[in-house]
Amino acid sequence: MGPLLDSILSPAFGFAILRIMTPILFPTIGVAISSLAGSINIAMEGTMLMSAFTGVIVSYFTKNIYLALLAGILVGVTMGFVLGYFHLKLKADIILSAIALNMFASGFTIFMLFLIAKDKGTSISLRSLVFPDIHLPLIKEIPIIGEILSGHNLLTYVAILSIIFMYFLIYKTRLGLRIRAVGQNPDAAESVGIDVKRIKLYSLLISGFFGALGGLYLSMGYVSWFGRDMTAGRGFIAVAASNLGGHLPLGVFISSLFFGLINAISIYLAPLRLPSEFTHLIPYVTTIIALTFYSIRMTRKKKAYKGKI
Amino acid sequence: MDKFILNYFNTIRISIAISIGVAISLFLILIISKDPGASIGYLFLSPFLSRIRLESLISVAAPIIFCGIAIAIPFQAKIFNVGAEGALFIGAVAGVVFAIVTKMPPLIHIPLTLLVAGLAGGIWGLIPGFLKAKWNTSELVVSLMMNYVAYFLGLYIINYYFRDKAAGALVSLRISSSAWISTLPFFSRTSWSIVIALTFALLVYFLLYHTTLGYEIRTTGFNLHFAKFGGINVFKIIILAQIIGGFIAGVGGMTEIMAIHRRFNWQVSPGFGWDGVMVAIIGRNHPILIIFASLFLAYLRIGGHHLNLMSDVPYEMVSVIQSVIILLITAEAFLVQWKERITVKEAERKEIPHGTTS
Repeated sequence: MGPLLDSILSPAFGFAILRIMTPILFPTIGVAISSLAGSINIAMEGTMLMSAFTGVIVSYFTKNIYLALLAGILVGVTMGFVLGYFHLKLKADIILSAIALNMFASGFTIFMLFLIAKDKGTSISLRSLVFPDIHLPLIKEIPIIGEILSGHNLLTYVAILSIIFMYFLIYKTRLGLRIRAVGQNPDAAESVGIDVKRIKLYSLLISGFFGALGGLYLSMGYVSWFGRDMTAGRGFIAVAASNLGGHLPLGVFISSLFFGLINAISIYLAPLRLPSEFTHLIPYVTTIIALTFYSIRMTRKKKAYKGKI
Repeated sequence: MDKFILNYFNTIRISIAISIGVAISLFLILIISKDPGASIGYLFLSPFLSRIRLESLISVAAPIIFCGIAIAIPFQAKIFNVGAEGALFIGAVAGVVFAIVTKMPPLIHIPLTLLVAGLAGGIWGLIPGFLKAKWNTSELVVSLMMNYVAYFLGLYIINYYFRDKAAGALVSLRISSSAWISTLPFFSRTSWSIVIALTFALLVYFLLYHTTLGYEIRTTGFNLHFAKFGGINVFKIIILAQIIGGFIAGVGGMTEIMAIHRRFNWQVSPGFGWDGVMVAIIGRNHPILIIFASLFLAYLRIGGHHLNLMSDVPYEMVSVIQSVIILLITAEAFLVQWKERITVKEAERKEIPHGTTS
């Protein structure tokens, strides 16, 4: 275990955790905000794919990273809108329509990739722009901490700032208050004149926005190309992470950090000749266990609450 | 006419959804293909034009039928367990291991292997089932995670303990020939697995609509509180629905191996579980309709592959059509205004007295 310990105690490991956490934290914030309004968005996988793809394609053709960012976000928000339209207006089950949207995104991006790049695997032939790395002044001079915190991709910092944004949105704005009201008791919210459907739609649009940022980071930061199904289950991990963090800002941040940590460990275990299949299991098993503990706690809370009445 | 529309509203709704999906695909082909006429032919007609393709269509449908009914049972209880993919995968792993290490007369070996596969799949249904029933843990998230656990655990078992080192690729040893499922007489591609799949579909139909357990599953899905007050053991139903689903998915995965590959060669999860979700939605969780939905999906697949092979249109076109169809079918309110208009018209017509009673 010596070499493992050495590499885990190095600042590079801390850096890797934040890097790996970023494409999980964005969609987790998205899932959390939609869950708070009581309309869980499990179409994150598809949203991220569509935005990741759009970002690469737009940046290749326009050579303009702002346009790529804008287009990616627009597509992500549109995914949120489509989900909201089908769920709220056409009364579709939100889980089933999200599954359909995920299938659509997976097929559609490969379809378009083939038409544009004549390749069904990756878009390596199309050079994509990437978001810049940021070296934090002052902080980068601090030993160890500087190495861990400085030099990340711009979007990694945006992701961490998004937690603060989420805190303000949820606790300090009218919209946030309404989102929580609608999620906790839609009937009560309706009775005081809140347009429940509209608030749910807003929460899905916001969640699409964060899904888009997660997707854009994947294809224009983490790597600089689009690959088929490159989200690799992160949209679903986000559902787990959001549940784990109780859909609240700090909880969401800690649980995403935890997933970053677990994933980083399984990457660091790989060269130690431990079977990689086995190390890959860790995050999924942990999610199940953690989610079970979370729901046990919720059940007890509910019982205690009932006992008081 | 109006009466006809009201009676068959759901069928018409699904037909319209499918037509829209097909129309979109025609539109896409017209835009991107250099020879749209031929491409449309490859996609929609080619499955019927050769006996081999027609037989492939049937064998492609078999695992989809299994997964469709596996998903439909928990869905009928309003349990969103999407773990058929994992149950199928781990079932196949367990079955392969069993069929490699044992040798028996085929008449015993085949059902026993399927049983082992089913039991492994059943465990994959039991875990999310128990957690849901006991602590209301989201079965959606747990079953999703279980899919990944099945995938990595399965690959670990196969690649480290049962790998065929003589083979060039990462595959398991061959299963004993006594556990092979053969092709049907007079057929070259279609095996007995379709017969097993249809048998299971009929059994599940019987289970859901003609047994107490089936009634309890449907009642639980219809209204959980009503089911509880009616004295149904909801705890048991929630678990059992998922165990049965997992069992069937496990059997489905193993028949595919026994009929076609004869060794474990899935380095990528085959995706039948998600196909199962799709056909369960199209078939509205009804086992008999799921058979037709699976044949339809297989038809699109065979056409899509031929299209991919023969023309400049990629196969993923099929995924786009599928998801559009699913999206429209899940939309409960799609076309409902139309239905309401007809209902009103029908009601008004009946109110007008006619002198003679009809």
